[in-house]
Amino acid sequence: MSSATAAQGSPAASKAGNQGASTYLNHKKTIRSWLLTLDHKRIGVLYAVTLATVFLLAGLLALAVRAELFMPGETIMSNDAYNQTFTMHGIMMVFLFIVPSIPAILGNFVLPMQLGAKDVAFPRLNLASWYVYMIGGALVVTALLVGSVDTGWTFYTPYSSSGSVSVLYMTLAIFIAGFSSIFTGINFIVTIHKMRAPGLTWNRLPLFVWGLYATSIVMVLATPVIGITMLLLFLERILQIGIFDPALGGDPILFQHFFWFYSHPAVYIMILPAFGIISELMTAFSRQRIFGYKAIALSSVAIALLGFLVWGHHMFVSGQSAISGIVFSLITYLIGIPSGIKIFNWVATMYKGSVWLQTPMLYALSFLFLFTIGGLTGIMVGVLAVDVHLHDTYFVVGHFHYVMMGGTVIALLGGMHYWWPKITGKMYNETLGKIAAILIFIGFNTTFFPQLILGAQGMPRRYANYVEEFTFLHQVSTIGSLVLAAGLFLVLGYMVYSLFRGQKAASNPWGAATLEWTMATSPPDPHNFTRTPIVTRGPYDFHLADEVFGPQHTGDGAGDGAAPEPAVPRKTETA
Amino acid sequence: MGNNGTVWLPEGASTIAADIDWLFYFVYWTSALIMLLVVGGMVYLAYKYRRRDASDAPRPVKESKLLEISWVVIPTILVLLVFTWGFQSYLKMNVAPPNAYEIQATAFSWGWSFDYPNGASAGNELHVPVDRPVKINMSSEDVLHSFFIPAFRVKQDVLPDRYSSVWFEANQEGEYHLFCSEYCGTQHSEMVATVFVKSQSDFNAWLDEASAGEDLPLPELGERLYTQQSCNQCHSIDGSQKVGPSFQGIYDQERPLASGEAVVADDNYLRESIIEPNAKIAEGYPAAMPSYARLSEREINALVAFIKEQ
Repeated sequence: MSSATAAQGSPAASKAGNQGASTYLNHKKTIRSWLLTLDHKRIGVLYAVTLATVFLLAGLLALAVRAELFMPGETIMSNDAYNQTFTMHGIMMVFLFIVPSIPAILGNFVLPMQLGAKDVAFPRLNLASWYVYMIGGALVVTALLVGSVDTGWTFYTPYSSSGSVSVLYMTLAIFIAGFSSIFTGINFIVTIHKMRAPGLTWNRLPLFVWGLYATSIVMVLATPVIGITMLLLFLERILQIGIFDPALGGDPILFQHFFWFYSHPAVYIMILPAFGIISELMTAFSRQRIFGYKAIALSSVAIALLGFLVWGHHMFVSGQSAISGIVFSLITYLIGIPSGIKIFNWVATMYKGSVWLQTPMLYALSFLFLFTIGGLTGIMVGVLAVDVHLHDTYFVVGHFHYVMMGGTVIALLGGMHYWWPKITGKMYNETLGKIAAILIFIGFNTTFFPQLILGAQGMPRRYANYVEEFTFLHQVSTIGSLVLAAGLFLVLGYMVYSLFRGQKAASNPWGAATLEWTMATSPPDPHNFTRTPIVTRGPYDFHLADEVFGPQHTGDGAGDGAAPEPAVPRKTETA
Repeated sequence: MGNNGTVWLPEGASTIAADIDWLFYFVYWTSALIMLLVVGGMVYLAYKYRRRDASDAPRPVKESKLLEISWVVIPTILVLLVFTWGFQSYLKMNVAPPNAYEIQATAFSWGWSFDYPNGASAGNELHVPVDRPVKINMSSEDVLHSFFIPAFRVKQDVLPDRYSSVWFEANQEGEYHLFCSEYCGTQHSEMVATVFVKSQSDFNAWLDEASAGEDLPLPELGERLYTQQSCNQCHSIDGSQKVGPSFQGIYDQERPLASGEAVVADDNYLRESIIEPNAKIAEGYPAAMPSYARLSEREINALVAFIKEQ
């Protein structure tokens, strides 16, 4: 397939550019050049630093929550302090971390490169999204300085309309941060439609791009609803018009409808990009085509659209009619099936492949394990009669942590390890990476599996105190959270270390076949590619990827971070 | 409240519990099987096709349409099965039998009170007869609450602007937890009541006793209200610190206020603090108490009399 080689160009060509040492990281060095950058890669890095900080803070709050629950009664804080802690954990994790996480960090960095484009369609809008996000973040801090928020991340009325005024700052923060999502979504949709490289047809799009495309649709269509809801909450409070508060003639259930009309689709904003990452990891580390490309690509879009029709399954015991409950339960099952198909397809992708258990692949396999539990417990709470018992208990807490953390966060970690060499030009320590991945897997299950049992036993959520028979399982869960934290801090440690002392990364250490690996140096040129890529094959056609495995290279595609020297493409690098 | 349940589910003490448990375990074991297949397949494939050499170049595999179709169709059949089963039980849980014994429940921040047809009432204690359908009609005085008895497998949100109801038929005498499961603020996790399931004769005896409140002397009625209205959650009578000031020795004492003034805790101050708690905030305590203006004149007098004695 020498024609493909010629068309795709070999990394050797771009490698030469790397020797000149002009990369997106070092071509300008001032702080100003970072804060006013229009480069999608730098904006991705800005987001990475910001979101890592938020994740750290919200994670510490989670540890405080677990510490309080180590014993019944007051352990380390009062009820009020506990209520504020879990509220801030939820708000920060959901609105400021998971919703933006994968699209804003890896989507920004990788999407234009996978498309063979120089940047996103609207670079200024992209930078604006980060600033808008920062304003939202600043308002959250203001809310904490002004008073306290103890409403839970769900802001259910009338409790939220009777509390401290800082709830208003918080709702305003969410309203504003929402625009950051909308900007990113619009940008991605236009970029995917208009800026694909020559030859990059819809059927040749990497599945990460498909995942981001589906996500962007939901971001653009659903985020305005939470914005409007938060605005109504704001207006009700300021103008005393009855919308949600029964004391003013409003209806608290209406709030729940509005809230979940956004927040259920938001679950797909969080998980669809994770699906995309897992597709990339499963193929790259199995060196095999993806099983059922079209099924995975289109099921993401199907999930994005059906996701708008299932919000009522959060409200089976809220007082909505039984008929609504039945309809929402049925549609919920229809949406479960495409997710199941993806799981089976990912497992089958390894069939007759060449499975390489590097750290990113360990995260991908963790994801399959954890997300399957998340999905199956989702089926459990979707069963109407069983949900009556499980609703608002720790079973639900366990379920959504298996999906959001076991799914999205694990996929994000996998993706960060996978693209780390590309983003930073450095390899992390592979041995420590594997140890951390295993610690996180064990810690995660020790933390959240007991919560599933607690919930089924009847432990309600958002309890600062609990009856004595729940003590043992709470203690196991708290101990698990420490193991989980240890694993995550280890990741932070070796990642930061690698920035300074890490081995220099090859342009394609994993032997992957998408454009960001085959056509760009690590770290990439400020303009991504030295010339426009021409695409002649699908993203996972490893047998056609002669530029990676062709005769003039060693063909090993190997790049163990722990190995003494990066291997691909060894011969050309010394040339 | 012994736990005679299984690893996953607490002891079941209502007629609906067996249904729910069957359904739960059906989904559970089916899930376990699917999990086993996914994880087994994953481990097997990852091992069997592990990379032996960096230059491995596996040929692409054409995917099997049959396999693809089978894992669309089989899960669809399974979920439709549990959906149908689930909604039938849900309907059963939603329609109370016409002969059900009706109890009014009022939820407030942070407690429960129950009113019986004969005028009896109880706070944070729900007494019900065994083997007889009971329907609870519920409303909330302030924010959302939720009525949850794990042993009965029932739950229903309690709303401030409309009635909601839940029914069950307890089939085993004993004591069970009643939790508030919709987050409602500071003392949400203390909003726990006890359900007493009694034989019909014990239940009747309790009803007679509980409806006798009309002739109780004021301090004794006050003592009953102290627990019934959950005053005890925030105010101790032994001097220990809770959310609000202790009642011990509070009467006729000079109380410093948050405004910097001071006031003597006489009858009128106590009365005002019950009806309009935020009028004068005691120094060092949060303005967290809801109004108890709904209590009758006699009940307020009873509480004041009770506090005087502490």
